[in-house]
Amino acid sequence: MTYLSLPDLVFYGVAAVSVTSAAFAVFSRNIVRAVFSLLATFFGVAVIYGMLAADFVAVVQVMVYVGGILVLMLFAVMLTSQIENVERSNPAGGWGFALLLGIAVCVLLVSVAIEAPWRQVTPPAEATPTTVALGEALLGPLVLPLVTVGLLLLGTVIGAVTLTRRRNDPGVN
Amino acid sequence: MAQVGLQHFLVVAALLFALGIVCVVTRRNAVAVLIGIELLLNAAGINVVAFARYGGNLLAGSAFALFIIALAAAEAVVGLALIFAIHRRLRSVDLEQTETLKG
Repeated sequence: MTYLSLPDLVFYGVAAVSVTSAAFAVFSRNIVRAVFSLLATFFGVAVIYGMLAADFVAVVQVMVYVGGILVLMLFAVMLTSQIENVERSNPAGGWGFALLLGIAVCVLLVSVAIEAPWRQVTPPAEATPTTVALGEALLGPLVLPLVTVGLLLLGTVIGAVTLTRRRNDPGVN
Repeated sequence: MAQVGLQHFLVVAALLFALGIVCVVTRRNAVAVLIGIELLLNAAGINVVAFARYGGNLLAGSAFALFIIALAAAEAVVGLALIFAIHRRLRSVDLEQTETLKG
């Protein structure tokens, strides 16, 4: 019997935390608790990115998801959902079909992930920082997707402002 | 409990993906559906980076994951703006009640 090394133990711990908190976010009846438990999921996914030696992606995950999307979701929940009424804040329905679908997808993906003969190379034992190489790639061969995403974000900002502004605001027009 | 390899990351991503699908299908609060979509996108990102690391081209996978995260942010912003607009009109974010298109 071989003992688990420290990185493996960290991986199992982080994976357990992310999946458990994601399950809590999915099955919780209180939408505010669901959003807060998503915090642990996003941090866990960031650590998993780090364990995959993608350091820049891990930092971006924390900045964008935890710093941006999660805060936005909290605002949305507190402004729209009737959170003082726990029974009505996060209703759900159709559990039979959903659980069947979820279990089917889970079994399919897990069996494919384990059984398939993935073509692998052994990753380098020592992780090298990816930030410099990523920056050069994004401003070199990947500059077109980068600019496209920038335009998309511009459109997103304009669209969000248009959607949320009050139509009869005297300050507008 | 073997040494952590590609399969382990794929299994974690598969579990997150299945949870996200259950969330998208069952929830009737629109914000909770967005939570499910974020779980799906996170699972996809883990898969992309794991395949990139164990396939020998981590850089391409990192760039792909960055674009996935950027698109997820854009999607969340537009989705939440739509939820605000729906809430202002209907006083509810219950997806069972959003059955009108014409403003």
